[in-house]
Amino acid sequence: MIFVTVGTQLSFDRLVKNVEKWALDSGYTDIVFQVGESGYQPSVGTVHEFISGHEADDYFNKADVIIGHAGMGTILSCLSEGKPLVIMPRLFSLGEHRNDHQLATFNKFAEQPGLFPAQDETRLCEAIEQALKAQNSEHDFSSLAPEELTDYIREQVILGN
Amino acid sequence: MKNKKVMAVASRGGHWIQLNRLRAVWQDQEVVFITNDSSLRSHVGDAKFETVIDANMEQKPRLIILALQTFFKVIKHRPDVIISTGAAPGFFALLWGKLIGAKTVWVDSVANAEELSMAGSKVKKIADVWLTQWPEVAKEDGPLYKGRVF
Repeated sequence: MIFVTVGTQLSFDRLVKNVEKWALDSGYTDIVFQVGESGYQPSVGTVHEFISGHEADDYFNKADVIIGHAGMGTILSCLSEGKPLVIMPRLFSLGEHRNDHQLATFNKFAEQPGLFPAQDETRLCEAIEQALKAQNSEHDFSSLAPEELTDYIREQVILGN
Repeated sequence: MKNKKVMAVASRGGHWIQLNRLRAVWQDQEVVFITNDSSLRSHVGDAKFETVIDANMEQKPRLIILALQTFFKVIKHRPDVIISTGAAPGFFALLWGKLIGAKTVWVDSVANAEELSMAGSKVKKIADVWLTQWPEVAKEDGPLYKGRVF
């Protein structure tokens, strides 16, 4: 199952429409959409405007892949749970947000393992396909911080006197 | 190596998740966890685990209670090291920890990609190890960037 979420504030029709298009082309229809208030309602999958906390957690846990906007909440949840995440940033120039902070977040996280960046809709299909493959290949999402960080802290406060 | 007592402090949610990813720091030491959500006890196995109230940096009355609670936790456990990823409980724990001579560590949340969190800026003078997870936020005299928890 793929869970598409646009966050709690605004709709993000460009993302939803292009996931719908990919779904129709690929035949993958096991998709739950959370599209936001008055958001575009796709013709495939299950569609909600909003999803309450517990139900959203449920979908999140069951999903093989999450597709979302470049919101920090979505990114942190996926990284911490090891869920492959396809992110596409909302753009100020298209009236999708109040400024371009999502583009900044997107650029900062684009290289992060476990995230599959789609700068815009032209890269979306490829990102979704890659995320689905990653989920099947037992990706190594270590639950520990990199040793360079923890070793540094240990040297400073544990091993010294 | 002498065993050290580590107090690991974080609010629920992203702060807590990030704190737990740092557990290699205290893996062979004695640790006590302090957070503000009792349901998180199941994450830490047999380790010591205590809770304080929930408060953010804007809630003055609750902050005072939190400050007192945190003070008593620090006095009770007398940790050698206090480490936090945020937010308000970690700030107070570091403050009291500094007063009793503990080594203090602040790892600012990865969510703060543009500038340090409010608590993160306030610990400037009391954190012995003061880290950001973003190279762009780091400065020569701190906070330093030594990698990211993810």
